[in-house]
Amino acid sequence: MVAAIKRPGWWRGLLGAIAFGAFGFGLVIALRAISDLPLYQTEQTGYPHVIVPAVLAPLGFLAGFGCFDYWLRWAAGLPTIPDDHSQHGAKSWKDYFKFNTDHKVIGVQYVVTTFIFFFLGGLMAMLIRAELAQPGTQIVEASTYNSLFSTHAVLMIFVFVIPVFAGLANYVLPLMIGAPDMAFPRLNALSFWMLPLAGILFIGSFLAPGGAFDAGWTGYAPLSTGAPLGQSFFNLGVQFAGASSIATALNFLVTIITMRAPGMTFWRMPLLVWANLSTSLLVVAATPFIAGVQFMVLFDRLLHTNFFDYAAGGDVISYQHIFWFYSHPAVYIMMLPGFGIVSEVISTHARKPIFGYRLMALALIGIVVLSYSVWAHHMFVAGMFSWLRVPMMITTLLIAVPTGIKIFSWLGTLYFGKIHTYSTSMLFALAFIVTFTIGGISGVMLGMVPIDIHVSDTYFIVAHIHFVLFGGSVFTIFAGVYHWFPKMTGRMYDEKLGRVHFWGTLVGTWGTFIPMHWVGMDGMPRRVADYAEQFGNWNLLISAFAFMLGAVQLVFVYNMIVSWRFGPKADANPWRANSIEWQVSSPPPIFNFDEIPRVVGGPYEFGVPGAKHAIMAGEGAEVPAGEKSVVGSSS
Amino acid sequence: MYGRLPIVKMLLVTLAATVVISVVMVQINWDGQQASTAAPKIDHLLNVMIVLSSFVFSLVMVMLFYALWKFKAKPGDESDGEPIHGNTRLEIAWTLIPTIIVLFAGGYSWKVLDEIENPKDGALTVSVFSQQYAWSFAYPGKKYAYSEGELHVPVNRQVQFKMHALDVIHSFWVPEWRIKKDNVPGITTTAIVTPDKVGTYQLVCTELCGFGHATMRAKVVVESPAKFNEWVEGLERETPEALLKVVEDTTTTNPPALDAGGA
Repeated sequence: MVAAIKRPGWWRGLLGAIAFGAFGFGLVIALRAISDLPLYQTEQTGYPHVIVPAVLAPLGFLAGFGCFDYWLRWAAGLPTIPDDHSQHGAKSWKDYFKFNTDHKVIGVQYVVTTFIFFFLGGLMAMLIRAELAQPGTQIVEASTYNSLFSTHAVLMIFVFVIPVFAGLANYVLPLMIGAPDMAFPRLNALSFWMLPLAGILFIGSFLAPGGAFDAGWTGYAPLSTGAPLGQSFFNLGVQFAGASSIATALNFLVTIITMRAPGMTFWRMPLLVWANLSTSLLVVAATPFIAGVQFMVLFDRLLHTNFFDYAAGGDVISYQHIFWFYSHPAVYIMMLPGFGIVSEVISTHARKPIFGYRLMALALIGIVVLSYSVWAHHMFVAGMFSWLRVPMMITTLLIAVPTGIKIFSWLGTLYFGKIHTYSTSMLFALAFIVTFTIGGISGVMLGMVPIDIHVSDTYFIVAHIHFVLFGGSVFTIFAGVYHWFPKMTGRMYDEKLGRVHFWGTLVGTWGTFIPMHWVGMDGMPRRVADYAEQFGNWNLLISAFAFMLGAVQLVFVYNMIVSWRFGPKADANPWRANSIEWQVSSPPPIFNFDEIPRVVGGPYEFGVPGAKHAIMAGEGAEVPAGEKSVVGSSS
Repeated sequence: MYGRLPIVKMLLVTLAATVVISVVMVQINWDGQQASTAAPKIDHLLNVMIVLSSFVFSLVMVMLFYALWKFKAKPGDESDGEPIHGNTRLEIAWTLIPTIIVLFAGGYSWKVLDEIENPKDGALTVSVFSQQYAWSFAYPGKKYAYSEGELHVPVNRQVQFKMHALDVIHSFWVPEWRIKKDNVPGITTTAIVTPDKVGTYQLVCTELCGFGHATMRAKVVVESPAKFNEWVEGLERETPEALLKVVEDTTTTNPPALDAGGA
């Protein structure tokens, strides 16, 4: 037992959480006792004896679990423990529950953890739709309803869509660029372990007096600054999710810039790598803004700093500016990696080079630049400076241009190809083009101020964000999971079940989210537990499709679990793709490559005679004939 | 090489689909009843967008399904497609044409925005107060008449709402007017509307404001000027001092010259 507590791991982590938490609790009580204050401050925004331990306990867990051991020994001048690679690879399922620095293990940890949060968030969506199936109050009362849609959104955004992309890229990106691992493996592990802590804080807020946070995922002040204790859990959870995402983004940036295999120039990088480069540029610069603004709310609640208290000279609207300065780029953080996935899948299954590869990469960079200049389009009716609306409208509409380039280039990739639709990943990628086009069109409409004035904060918004986030991001996540499932697990999934999942998801998505546009334009506001009778029938239909959409996801779970355990063994390259991750075994060897590959051409040279993307170990060093002509170009 | 594609036919199908989709979609009255001078303008802008969007959507669908039909691999065909890496002219086209479309959309929106928010002389000013979970309204004049939960305005006269939130943010929306504006604690926001149809409507709160958000509504009555004057005269309550102080104490976010444009 003593040995178990000395070793990094769950027992020591638990002990660390308890010790740090108890210290925080004691500190607050002691300081209040010295200051002659009542020991417990239980005004609804207060609770320092809960907040301080809620900050420290997760840190104690991370320290106990072993996330900081190496660094602390180094910092203290102690002899560091030489890395014997015991923290690499996974020999049994138990290894996935350990502090592990192998990017492939971390990738799987990410994807599985985030999908657990996806299903918890989905369950909340089902409760929301059950309540909305009829006008009036049936299942949950209004305040619980507000908590449900707030946590639904927060789980989906902060601990599903953003990190699941980080997880998929964690697994495949180092392989794709011919690197043995990420640049900072220990930081990578720390990034992952912060994520479940964020999720626990979000879900744990249901236990707080007054219920889970209920000011929406946007948490606008002053509703949030005056909300019950649960809101503080949101403020803190965002810190852990945000720190995780910033650290991962830094890791990706350094990995992509410094660890590409010899010969892999920027113009030979697969578009997934370009997409994650762009996403990481957004994450490192934008995420500090949401971290900052949630601290400002927390300080307003706890320390009466009055950033957003109008009665004390605070400025209410400034919350929205800071919040959206992150949260609009966040929309692209949640979409660009998906663009990368779709490019890989479509090129592979159409057996064609990506059409206009360079313009595709430049469009990603264009989106990064533009996305910092559009945030106030979320605030056209917010009462901000009125002249700010027009320039923000123009930049918003211009984002449609690089996005359109991507859509047309994917379509162009299909032409004169040999399109295979046997794989579920390709079905999701093709359906993504259709649903995302619709989401893009409603996005352009929302960018136009007069239309936005009418539909802002209605179900039209709910419809739009679900078309781009579910029909967009989640479709690409499914495409990515199906595409790399053989690589990650070494097993094939069942395509028949994949098709059932695909068609169910497609029909469910359209059936659920298309009618939401209509009720929104016709006058149904969003974030309401109850609504006018006239919208009853449409909402019943929406709920019916939503339940179908929810149910069909169980097929996906079954397929993934059973195939992972019993599926037929996968070849190294079942899709006959070109990029490097497919040139190693499935799953790849523990250090990825016996010898770092040498990149000699573009990643999508389908149909180019003699072309090669990379020369793997043992393939000989002669330069293939195609090399000179195969730099991915748009000529 | 591209001569092998039936480009003319594809364009014709796209145009035909555009016509069919937009004709059907434009018939539908998406936004509901129109009851202000802004409503037809916004709905017309929406219809223009529907036509443009139908074209973009049809183009994408025709391109996608033609490719899926024409270039689907035969069973057992393991060969690769043709190694086409791009086409500079095509890429320039699908960069420039969408740019022109969205700039047109932006310019047109700007024009409509200017029209619907153009302040007129002789407008009626009404103060709006919102709090969890109720609306109240104050009318200028000797008495500074005050009404809770019921808003009356005369037909065919511009109304400028000066809005104040007393606790958290609320949002003022009358769907038939197509006008929405947040009420923000600490500042005065303005909404401009000219109701042009007599009737009874609902004022809906559209900014999440707490557990009572869904039920935070008020009755809106648009009536003839005579009836309106009679109603205001009949109001017995005066606006509470506390609210008058809110009006005095809060400023607009906008410089005064711009505020007239309806922040």
